[in-house]
Amino acid sequence: MYSIVKRRQLAESIVLLEVQAPAVAKKAKPGEFVIVRQKEDSERIPLTIMDFNPEKGTITIVIQEVGYSSALITRMQEGDAFLDFVGPLGQPTEIEKYGTVLCVGGGVGIAPVHPIARGLKEAGNKVISILGARSKDLLILEEEMRAVSDEVVITTDDGSYGIKGFVTHGIQAVLDRGEKVDAIWAIGPIVMMKSVANFTKPLGIKTIVSMNPIMVDGTGMCGACRLDVGGETKFACVDGPEFDGHKVNFDLAMKRAAFFRNEEALVYNNFKCQCAKEGK
Amino acid sequence: MASKAPRHEMPCQDAVARAKNFNEVALGYPQEIAVEEAKRCIQCKKPKCVEGCPVGVEIPQFIKQIAEGNFLEAAQVIKRKNSLPAICGRVCPQETQCEAQCILGVKGEPVAIGRLERFAADYEMAHGTTKFTKPAPTGKKVAIIGAGPAGLTCAAELAREGHAVTVFEALHVAGGVLMYGIPEFRLPKAIVQKEINSLKDMGVEILVNQVVGKVTSVHELLENGYDAVFIGTGAGLPYFMNIPGENLNGVYSANEFLTRSNLMKAYNFPQYATPIKVGEQVAVLGGGNVAMDAARTALRLGAKDVYIVYRRSMKEMPARVEEVHHAQEEGIQFKILTNPIRINGDENGNVKSMTCLKYELGEPDASGRRRPIPIEGSEFDLPVQTVVVAIGQGPNPLVTTTTEGLALKKSGNILVDEKTLATSIPGVYAGGDIVTGAATVILAMGAGKTAAASINEYLKTK
Repeated sequence: MYSIVKRRQLAESIVLLEVQAPAVAKKAKPGEFVIVRQKEDSERIPLTIMDFNPEKGTITIVIQEVGYSSALITRMQEGDAFLDFVGPLGQPTEIEKYGTVLCVGGGVGIAPVHPIARGLKEAGNKVISILGARSKDLLILEEEMRAVSDEVVITTDDGSYGIKGFVTHGIQAVLDRGEKVDAIWAIGPIVMMKSVANFTKPLGIKTIVSMNPIMVDGTGMCGACRLDVGGETKFACVDGPEFDGHKVNFDLAMKRAAFFRNEEALVYNNFKCQCAKEGK
Repeated sequence: MASKAPRHEMPCQDAVARAKNFNEVALGYPQEIAVEEAKRCIQCKKPKCVEGCPVGVEIPQFIKQIAEGNFLEAAQVIKRKNSLPAICGRVCPQETQCEAQCILGVKGEPVAIGRLERFAADYEMAHGTTKFTKPAPTGKKVAIIGAGPAGLTCAAELAREGHAVTVFEALHVAGGVLMYGIPEFRLPKAIVQKEINSLKDMGVEILVNQVVGKVTSVHELLENGYDAVFIGTGAGLPYFMNIPGENLNGVYSANEFLTRSNLMKAYNFPQYATPIKVGEQVAVLGGGNVAMDAARTALRLGAKDVYIVYRRSMKEMPARVEEVHHAQEEGIQFKILTNPIRINGDENGNVKSMTCLKYELGEPDASGRRRPIPIEGSEFDLPVQTVVVAIGQGPNPLVTTTTEGLALKKSGNILVDEKTLATSIPGVYAGGDIVTGAATVILAMGAGKTAAASINEYLKTK
């Protein structure tokens, strides 16, 4: 169970894994996530779903190496299997016909935007996707996003591809040419989501973000993933992960994400030392 | 008369040593002491103790077997009524149940029924279990949602009747609160897994990683060939105090704190990758067993000062006397008649202190306990870096909000017929914390047993 049927290196340290999980694939909807545990001593970590195929019985996830647990997962090969693969979890995206929508993905956050863009397009929206990356070689899933969008706008921090700048510059460009935007989905690093939300708030454009805080069980049991949304405490796992970006307290979310930074660094460094010793 | 002998104490790990390790605190009776204690039982003709047991264990009968040295037989007698005796012998509040009814307790001390149950169950585990003879299959299928005490008991009872039972568990191991909540030092996880393995030997199928409400639903289970469903999803939504500062770094729900340590084995970090962090000073809010578990866990994780912060007095504390006693022995400090009004953080969003008010007790309130009243001007700051909120849990919404036609109480708990535990949906039963709100392991087991009997009757009509 939960074995990897396809592995694709999307960029340096970013990997796409198509995983056999028929029951999850049958029920998955855009916006939902899974929790995986690689082996007995691993953490349970939440990962957003990049794609699902009920016929093949697979769920596709995209993961970037940022620490120990993700390093182990990005090193998994076809045929390897997860010990646990739980889902689908969270509330699905509210897919309906809004009119013109922007699907904004930053870095590895482009992956969860993919099924949302597809769902919105199938619902009859005009989908303009804005994909941001630090540089051209770190941009992922461009083709897949083109296939589910009416138009794709690329931004890179260093200007190596598309518009030089951040995703907000991409949004600005679309608005500047007179496009009337009815809703925006923005998924990526917390700072990116914060700046998109700050950018769209004065313009009054509905902006949905997808939060990916620290989680343990992912079923509402532990409350590790709590967020401040409009002054109310919400659990990302059962109330989210999508929230009104204009109400999320991003600064608090950033601080909470850093709570275990030292511990995470410790296990990651141990792992890298071990790898260096073994010459991997 | 034998009954004049004093009740035998159970050996425990030394308090100083155990406050630094996660090994089991209570060590169990050696054989000769168990026999001596069993001989204290006067074998009442009309045993009151059995009435005090939510699952009706035949207490005098099993104690008689121990007194006569038939330890395996003793375990078998218990197992006729209780599928998880090694667990109940450790975590049941016997002092308010069977032992509270013991006739010896009127003038002296009751028979140590719980310790004897644990002894018999442990003896059986160590000396080979008796083979379970599977009954003829009835051809009926039952789905159990949640592999906690209620679900596991219900599963065992139904398997005994010959029904095909499948348990759907959301986490990656079966056991529910026995695995994620109760710490290793109070209930070793190997014991829990052995008890669960004996259910598997009975033919119970357990599927982990199955979040019912998401990957499947109650109605789908009924459509897909299950003749009945039992919902035992527990109290899986932590309450917070709703005071300022509760989302600061260093504030955990007891569920998170204990799940990290117990289920994810964070006490073995970094061998296990899940981290847990405690400061030198830790405040645990609440006075129940969960609060004691969290406080004692914090101490073992290296905290110097661990405070139980509770707004009533020691007398009103809902935790078991034995747990409070163990906690005190280990050096947990009790700040009673105290309640926080605010948690204060530093510039990085980490907890640095908790502002509290002192309380005094007034007239009894609706719960019959004296109402705590804040003392004006008693505000003070307690320096802490970690706060664990252990003030209870509500019902988890994953099943209840996705099951059309399932009647709920105002609290969000499932509404059932009190006698049969039938819900508003024919063939669907519920029990344990999802019905009652957070309670004890044995009450959940009692509910699992009651529901199993009802389901058994219901299946005869199908």
